[in-house]
Amino acid sequence: MILGLFNYWVVIVLMMAGFYTVIARTNLVKKVIGLNIFQTSVFLLYITMGKVQGGTAPILADGFEIYSNPLPSVLILTAIVVGVATTSVALALIVRIREAYGTLEEDEIQDKDLGR
Amino acid sequence: MIDQLPVLQVLLPLLAAPLCVLLRRRVPVTALALAACWGSFAVAIGLLQRVLAEGVVVYEMGAWSAPWGIEYRVDLLSAFVLLFVSGIGALVLTYAPKSLTAEIPADRLHFFYTLYLLCLTGLLGITITGDLFNLFVFLEVSSLSSYGLISLGRNRQALTAAFRYLIMGTIGATFILIGVGLMYQMTGTLNMADMVQRIADREALRTVRVAFAFLTVGIGLKMALFPLHQWLPDAYAHAPSTVSAFIAATSTKVSVYILLRFVFTIYGVEFAFANLHIERFLIPLSLAAMFLASAAAIYQTDLKRLLAYSSVAQVGYMTLGASFASVEGLTASIAHLFNHALTKGGMFLAVGCLVYRIGRTSLANLEGIGRRMPWTTFAWVLGGLGLIGVPGTAGFVSKWYLLEAALGAGAWPLALAILLSSLLAVIYIWKVIEVAYFRLPQTRTSQAVEAPAVLLLPTWLLIGASLYFGFRATFSADLARQAAEALLQGMP
Repeated sequence: MILGLFNYWVVIVLMMAGFYTVIARTNLVKKVIGLNIFQTSVFLLYITMGKVQGGTAPILADGFEIYSNPLPSVLILTAIVVGVATTSVALALIVRIREAYGTLEEDEIQDKDLGR
Repeated sequence: MIDQLPVLQVLLPLLAAPLCVLLRRRVPVTALALAACWGSFAVAIGLLQRVLAEGVVVYEMGAWSAPWGIEYRVDLLSAFVLLFVSGIGALVLTYAPKSLTAEIPADRLHFFYTLYLLCLTGLLGITITGDLFNLFVFLEVSSLSSYGLISLGRNRQALTAAFRYLIMGTIGATFILIGVGLMYQMTGTLNMADMVQRIADREALRTVRVAFAFLTVGIGLKMALFPLHQWLPDAYAHAPSTVSAFIAATSTKVSVYILLRFVFTIYGVEFAFANLHIERFLIPLSLAAMFLASAAAIYQTDLKRLLAYSSVAQVGYMTLGASFASVEGLTASIAHLFNHALTKGGMFLAVGCLVYRIGRTSLANLEGIGRRMPWTTFAWVLGGLGLIGVPGTAGFVSKWYLLEAALGAGAWPLALAILLSSLLAVIYIWKVIEVAYFRLPQTRTSQAVEAPAVLLLPTWLLIGASLYFGFRATFSADLARQAAEALLQGMP
């Protein structure tokens, strides 16, 4: 039961770890890394769904009759691209924030906005 | 040609966006962006006519039929949302060239147009698509471009606001992705119409319930449902005024549309209300939004932040309407999508006029502005009356339906709450009126003159439309009612 759902446990652990990092860290880069881990866990979730025990890639060849569902992998290819785009926008914003504030720590940025 | 309307709706802005980067020069880029926006508005009108004439319009991408291919499916609700999103997109873009000269350096203007067109593409795509994964991709297209648009604001807070929005928005979108994934796991399809068929006997399954939870929280983040609205005030306040107007008028409305789509079309009233009792948390959260966000708006000293908090409150009215799961309630909700988009869009455009002449949006800098810029201020005040729900404005129509729905459901305390929270709106609107009309102009305002006609015209078109649909509600309210009836009947 537990081992059979091993992938799903990994997904949940990664999801929680990533989500916690996004919430708890004040460093903007660490936040983005947490966000990445969070998104990656969802990629794993999708790919796990498509896997059929003992199945191969859906290619016509002799001797193979069980195929894994390719659709989740294809979808996740798109989602990975979206994730990369999100990360690059986030990093670009971080560069601009660093130029404007001279820091990447959220609490210091808040202090500067309040004029302290 | 008429058969290709659904795909043209998305394709026009999508293709124009990269062309803007290639063209770079100001005049051709502006002309191209305007043509694409007005073109997609024309397409939306055509689509609405088709839907009214022949019912649901289905378009199969590349002629691959539904469960395998991606289909675009336009019913009355999506046609209505497409109409006002593209219409407001076109009007705000007409306003943009003049307004932007004060806010964005000339060598970066083409990036603004690219992002704006992409954002419009995403919003239209979300509304038109019948495929869940497609919906997620379009959601990210519109979100990513709106982070970029917000970061174009003049002061550095715009950057942190955009970053915060990015974090919250990505979490929301990822939650939606998880929900879609779980639903795919249960049904083996991503097509909405197909999913409705297959979900019918799986309603009791825990995975479907978990998917529902992930989807509602994710969409809640996107539409700034209280208390997931933290990103919104900063994002609206620091973005360039054109961007505030566009995003405030369309983005959260499209997210509410996604919620209606999921709750009523895919899951159905039976599952969402009788089984899961979504109204048990939707009603308290809507009430909290209506009161707490309105109260927060009262304490704002900045005109844009005030409007932003009022937007959070207005989202509360929309979700309250949906939570009755009755024709009146849904009519109120859908009509309020439309009415609030017109009103808030017009008000943000009026604020943009002030920014163009004065450069500030804090109330302290606007003393006596009513004497210097009477047309702008008057447009703002009329919009404000719409937010309160004074008879004769569009806001009144939707609140009337909302009251009817509350009384119809026998929930008179809710009806009372709707009236009381409208009084809070009176306070924050009056606060601005007092500063604008009953104080003497200070040094900064005394030199201000009326905004140029290029800016005033789109502003008044939106505000005028909100008045028009207040007096003659037959068009908007009838459409909303028909769309509501169709939604309650389940999948078209």
